[in-house]
Amino acid sequence: MTSQSPATAPDIKPGTAPAFPLAILAELTHRCPLQCPYCSNPVALEAASAELDTQTWLKAIEEAADLGALQIHLSGGEPTSRKDLELLIAKANEVGLYSNLITAGVLVGEDRLNSLSDAGLDHVQLSFQDSEAAGCDRIGGFKGGFEKKLAFADSVNALGIPLTVNMVVHRQNLGNLESMLELAVKLSARRVEIAHVQYYGWAYVNRAALMPTREQLERATEIVEAAREDLKGILVIDYVVPDYYAQRPKSCMGGWGQQFLNISPAGKVLPCHAAESITSLSFDRFPEKSLREIWESSEAFLKYRGTDWMPEPCRGCERREIDWGGCRCQAFAITGSADNVDPACVLSPDHALLQALAEEDSHGQSDDFLYRTRRAGLELEGA
Amino acid sequence: MTVERIEITETSVPALPRGVKLRFDKQRDQWVLLAPERLFVLDNIALEIVKRCKGEANIDAIAEDLAKNFSAPKDVVLKDVIALLQDLSDKRILTA
Ligand code: SF4
Ligand code: SF4
Repeated sequence: MTSQSPATAPDIKPGTAPAFPLAILAELTHRCPLQCPYCSNPVALEAASAELDTQTWLKAIEEAADLGALQIHLSGGEPTSRKDLELLIAKANEVGLYSNLITAGVLVGEDRLNSLSDAGLDHVQLSFQDSEAAGCDRIGGFKGGFEKKLAFADSVNALGIPLTVNMVVHRQNLGNLESMLELAVKLSARRVEIAHVQYYGWAYVNRAALMPTREQLERATEIVEAAREDLKGILVIDYVVPDYYAQRPKSCMGGWGQQFLNISPAGKVLPCHAAESITSLSFDRFPEKSLREIWESSEAFLKYRGTDWMPEPCRGCERREIDWGGCRCQAFAITGSADNVDPACVLSPDHALLQALAEEDSHGQSDDFLYRTRRAGLELEGA
Repeated sequence: MTVERIEITETSVPALPRGVKLRFDKQRDQWVLLAPERLFVLDNIALEIVKRCKGEANIDAIAEDLAKNFSAPKDVVLKDVIALLQDLSDKRILTA
């Protein structure tokens, strides 16, 4: 799961009742040849043997379409590790779901891409860990990855599939932001996503090596704003600002359980891809329960949906249906309880704590990563 | 870098590229344009314009057709069509 951008909700008017999910995030596997230290997968990674089988995924795709979803994000881990990806794309196409492949692009040669394309793939989102080979390969923990990604991007373009380049940015690569944008243009990407790391999952573990300084962040925002002008009509830039130096939180996922439904490799159905980091919640599984049943009545979805769960100061706040009280995962990671206001909000009693933490982490003494591997995850969990 | 911003004019021939799909969303009873990581809800006017972006008619002909169908002054329609399609083109979800 490369994307760190739960805040990029579709441009749609907020409805009154969240009757149907708009998009389903299918995390097909946690297997991945890369080891990004900010990966949004849970620290406890699922084994290949725990993954849902093809038939179950096909059923999930049908149910998601019946439930009203319009898009499917095929993600992971590395979704192309699954040999049945073509079948899943074809099914999505058949039931009218727009398919988006979120990939690191190192496993797919021309032939495989052709067959994914023939199955009806609508869009590719390709991640880069940096704008040049050394950084990209070091941060992703995969030698030779950068060159493979370039070749993959060429093949995507040759087939006319729209390409988005995704860059997760942090202290160790923000200095290359301008060349990242240049790379996206060079690769004929129509969109680029610049997403700052967030405080949860692997990024939380690695925060002292990742947190940007306030100055870096301000500079990054300036660069993005200037590039938006210069590249108007050439490259669409989606920029996900981190909120640990902000006054107000972001609306996460367009509101908990309102627009997205995420299925983990083993079938856990989550309101957002990071929700498993909230260890106080338990999640229903597909196919033991249908997606509709889970969407409409599972405890995890109901718990923070809407505004009823909110504590003060959110309850009486005019922004309660704009940011929905912010990110539950961040609230849990920083304050120990997901029932609290997101500490990114200046009205949160823990706001000062978050800012102090970010400030301290941004001056982290070491740039060493704890890479995302199953073994490291098991050790962390055991600790 | 050879890429340049596309300027939509009367003679442009607009089309939806691969990865941009017009679809009726029956659950929400609305027309939507599905695009990379985006979803645009179309109102009636936008729908009529987008439906005509097939890589066949140019903008002038599209405006002519719309003006006739909706008994509206062509110059006004033309301005609306160009504005909408320039916006979609800037969002990189239209070719012309
Ligand atoms: S390790 Fe990197 S490429 Fe692999 S799933 Fe995580 S973020 Fe994506
Ligand atoms: S108090 Fe709650 S609703 Fe208001 S801005 Fe802060 S997080 Fe958002």
